[in-house]
Amino acid sequence: MTQIFGIPVAVILGQLTLGLVNGSFYALLSLGLAVIFGLMGVVNFAHGAYYTLGAFAALLGLQYCGINYWAALVLAPLAVGAVGIAVERLLLRRLYGLDPLYGLLLTFGLALIVEGSLHQVFGASGQSYPVPQSLAGAVNLHFMFLPLYRAWVILASVVVCFGTWFVIERTRLGATLRAATENAALLGAFGVNVPLLKAATYGGGVALAALAGVLASPVVLVNSHMGNSLVTVVFAVVVIGGMGSILGAIVSGLVLGVVEGFTKVIYPEASNIVVFVIMALVLILRPTGLFGRE
Amino acid sequence: MRSRARTIRLAALIVSCTAGSAASGASDQVVIGDIDDMSGVYADVMGAAGVEAINMAIADFGGSVLGRKVVLLTADHQNKPDIGASKFREWADQNGLNGLLGGSNTGVNIAMAKVAAVKKVPLFHIGPGGASLTNEDCTAYTVHYVYDTVALANGTATAIVNAGGKSWFYLTADYAFGTQLQAAASKVVEAHGGRNVGAVRVPLGAADFSSFLLQAQASGAQVLGLANAGTDFSNSLKAANEFGITRTMKPAALLAFLTDIHSLGLGTAQGLYLTTAWYWDLNPETRAFAKRFFAKVKRQPTMDQAGAYSATLTYLKAVKAVGSTDPDKVMAELKNTRINDVFTQGGYIRADGAMIHDMYVMQVKTPQESRYPWDYYKIIKKMSGEEAFGPITGLCPLARK
Repeated sequence: MTQIFGIPVAVILGQLTLGLVNGSFYALLSLGLAVIFGLMGVVNFAHGAYYTLGAFAALLGLQYCGINYWAALVLAPLAVGAVGIAVERLLLRRLYGLDPLYGLLLTFGLALIVEGSLHQVFGASGQSYPVPQSLAGAVNLHFMFLPLYRAWVILASVVVCFGTWFVIERTRLGATLRAATENAALLGAFGVNVPLLKAATYGGGVALAALAGVLASPVVLVNSHMGNSLVTVVFAVVVIGGMGSILGAIVSGLVLGVVEGFTKVIYPEASNIVVFVIMALVLILRPTGLFGRE
Repeated sequence: MRSRARTIRLAALIVSCTAGSAASGASDQVVIGDIDDMSGVYADVMGAAGVEAINMAIADFGGSVLGRKVVLLTADHQNKPDIGASKFREWADQNGLNGLLGGSNTGVNIAMAKVAAVKKVPLFHIGPGGASLTNEDCTAYTVHYVYDTVALANGTATAIVNAGGKSWFYLTADYAFGTQLQAAASKVVEAHGGRNVGAVRVPLGAADFSSFLLQAQASGAQVLGLANAGTDFSNSLKAANEFGITRTMKPAALLAFLTDIHSLGLGTAQGLYLTTAWYWDLNPETRAFAKRFFAKVKRQPTMDQAGAYSATLTYLKAVKAVGSTDPDKVMAELKNTRINDVFTQGGYIRADGAMIHDMYVMQVKTPQESRYPWDYYKIIKKMSGEEAFGPITGLCPLARK
């Protein structure tokens, strides 16, 4: 078998593919965080909780209302996004003039409440969400056996991520959003409803987290802790990409998924800290992140 | 961030605990404690429903012993050894604690065993797996009650090697419990003429197992030994199914609880071999207990929850028999008695603290075989306590080989 650095090529290709799958989740989640931070200056610690809520919305929708996976993919992010808008209107809005630390504390508290309540009602061991029929099964790539569902996760995530990037960086709506971050008062003077814009931005970022949750629900057991472990990694991804940089969040999400995948082969014990080591290095060498602006 | 979350939860717990035990420490009470993972990955294995089981035992015993009211204190150790040990010490010093039940997590229980030895408070290890608790970490005041890594390996690994699964690759949780479980299984596999091909150590609570599973597959081994537990076990088995690894490798659950099988569903878990100390559907007595338990928590009891019930009864019976809560007298009585209840028949506590009782090798039913809710296991083999837990190793100074 052909080898590179003593590792068989088949193994490298396999880990590359799996890394992209995990990276897809990182990218989707860090994208939402980056949008919220970049356009609103809010450090949204509740992001993991929204991801968990998305998965639970899909699960409960299926169990109690018979809503299938494809409908859940649209409905769950809408429902959770609406929750996000309510949070922004009722709570977050009141903290805009203050130190960003207050927003962080508020969202952190919300995350604890959401996770604690889900734990109270559903317990710790989690529930299975079935893989949709049309995506069941797997393809043999010769170097590995890839479940169709995982391939779909990569595709869906890449499309959504670059779609979001396109909207924010290349359309008129995106230009308005970016203008709101530069000078909200001036934009308001032009007759743009800035508070509405901010609420919609938060709702959109939250909906992205919920979408990641729905995508994840057939892959892992749906449980109250699922967002907890992920959100710290995702924050590191955002810092590496550069706080607030949309493209940085997407690219570093995918790349770090792959790096983590290779760590799992080379030195598995370090696989849960490698992202943080890279974060420390990036902060030392390039404090604004790989794609960040001064 | 997580430590802050834990501090807040701990603060809430301390408030509720001190409120409930304001009058304790007085000699008109017998105080039992339960320190367990109440909010983390193992919270369903024993957890809050385990507290319910302990309360059932206290009620079944009559609510009092030696004319003193039996009081239960509970705390969440959050899988942190320092929290478990300091809570235990606090109760022993301030609340007149007489006996303690230790829930899940080997690491926390090792820390609490050291406190038991110093404070001379009998400690029943209910949830931890590590066999070191009756070997190098044994004390004169600890009992390992439900199962250990040696018994799990003797059950599951022996059954699978004998069924033709000769070469093994392990997916191991990277902490005391996982490494002890892998070591025990490796020993059994070699003793029965099998071969250990390799292992990968996975950080606790990994989000994704597929990379590790591909390494297992590349090893060419016949058996995938899952030396992990709880959510880690469920998520790794789920991914093994999805990636078609279960077509070429036979998965072996070195520790699986009823709640794990319930989460996964029989479609994913079917055919799996596992070892358990207890099952709700063994006989009319276990079914009657399970029915009462189900009425309270809407789930069937796990072996740990039944074990917590039994250990509470066993402790109270010993206190009644010696007419005192004196720890040395109670321990002497415990090691000199036979345990006959819904959990076990003819169980006994060995000098090293291991409670020796029958264990069962089970196979998970197919969806077609399962006829009613929670009908998950069929018995492959009933092992005697001696066969399951093996002979005294001599590593514990209290017990000669």
